Amino acid sequence: MAVPRGKVVAIMGGSGSGKTTLLRLIGGQLKPDRGDVLVESQTLQKMPHAQLYALRRKMGMLFQFGALFTDLSVFDNVAFPLREHTSLPASMIRDLVLMKLHAVGLRGAESLKPSELSGGMARRVALARAIALDPMLIMYDEPFTGLDPISVGIIGNLIRRLNDALGATSIVVTHDVQESLRIVDYVYFLSGGRIVSHGTPREVLESNEPFVYQFVHGKADGPVPFHYGAPEYGKDLGVTS
Amino acid sequence: MLRALSHGLQLVGRRSINAVWRMGSGARFMGLVLLRSSPSFRRFHLTIDELHFAGVLSLIIIIVSGLFVGLVLGLQGYETLKRYGSAEAVGTLVALALVRELGPVVAALLFASRAGSAMTAELGIMKSTEQLSAMEMMAVDPFARVISPMFWGGFLSMPLLAAIFSVMGIFGGYLITVVIIGVDSGAFWSQMQSSVDLRNDIINGVIKSTVFGAAVTAIALFEGYDAPPTAEGVSHAVTRTVVTSALAVLALDFVLTAFMFTGV
Repeated sequence: MAVPRGKVVAIMGGSGSGKTTLLRLIGGQLKPDRGDVLVESQTLQKMPHAQLYALRRKMGMLFQFGALFTDLSVFDNVAFPLREHTSLPASMIRDLVLMKLHAVGLRGAESLKPSELSGGMARRVALARAIALDPMLIMYDEPFTGLDPISVGIIGNLIRRLNDALGATSIVVTHDVQESLRIVDYVYFLSGGRIVSHGTPREVLESNEPFVYQFVHGKADGPVPFHYGAPEYGKDLGVTS
Repeated sequence: MLRALSHGLQLVGRRSINAVWRMGSGARFMGLVLLRSSPSFRRFHLTIDELHFAGVLSLIIIIVSGLFVGLVLGLQGYETLKRYGSAEAVGTLVALALVRELGPVVAALLFASRAGSAMTAELGIMKSTEQLSAMEMMAVDPFARVISPMFWGGFLSMPLLAAIFSVMGIFGGYLITVVIIGVDSGAFWSQMQSSVDLRNDIINGVIKSTVFGAAVTAIALFEGYDAPPTAEGVSHAVTRTVVTSALAVLALDFVLTAFMFTGV
């Protein structure tokens, strides 16, 4: 699997297919048993602690439910990476934070606490925090889960717009077919920890491959079976031997 | 029969391996906490915040409990000593009991249930809501930024809390025996002064409370960090923090007492 610079790439697959694990591998939070993970042509798993942390400064990650620091306000959440990694004066941090919040449309919400935000707003604040250091790689872990259709559209547009505005590369892990096919450049399908198919959104929509067809059209039964592995039905009920 | 036996053996084996695993990961955890401690001192305000959380917010329970323990000690001590005509020695009794044992031990037990449980819950919830992961991905080491300051905050606040507990206890003893019962105030204080030794009693008490503080904080942080990221996992971890800390404090107290006060 390769993710070219400047593109938005979606990784799709059912629950438990290894999508989030893949993001954790790219972020260096997990080490692969086999194979290599390369970011900017550097192999992650052999990297010493300090070098890994230096590389992570160039990455941003949006977690599934935002993972905002609940004891900090929206402003302080977005300011957190800036304060940790730079020694900028407070006035400049304020300007930067307001710019990031403006980019996600939440400049007026700076003094709210995470508990006062709706799901979609929390996701946008987390996005502002993820892009605080202008990363070259932005990873999204299920950015659409649990959001209303309006918020889904907003987040989808933001992913595309921020990627192009920052000149970054984005990896979106998702199972929301319609929204992600609208915004991404390329799609990989994962199942059981393997890539089963890949292509551009157009190719994916027109594909007749059974797994892709089942996934894109939301069919209940297909290569991914409806029934969890079980003994034969009749045998289980004791009507056949 | 044979099957039950092998089943039992397997269970013992699995439990032992688990226990060794946990001890190993606990030791590794503490190693990382100590190794990444430098920001806790370079950016001392991080530790001050935790000192406030673990220490200042525990003050009320420590002060009130200390006072009541002192009141009870004074009352019981007076009733017993009176029979032997040495009611004035009640000051000595209260002070030695508090400074040597009750101050460090009871303060540590209260500290475990008030601050230790809160630390476990906070860390467990930060982990289950991916806040620790998010921090890592922002290239901020959670050990350096969150866990080490928590450890040093707990470590530093425990001896102070134990000292406050003892002072409040002595005040309680004074209140009940001198002010209410009418024991001679001069005798109360002078007997106490002549029998409480700085090195033997007070410094040993401080050493005890420091050891307890390190143990309770380490247990609380490890349980929180190690908790499965579910509601049930965090609640079990909090329970384990309180139970394990209490047992550790009592066991450590016995060992330390054996070394300090018996001339072993």
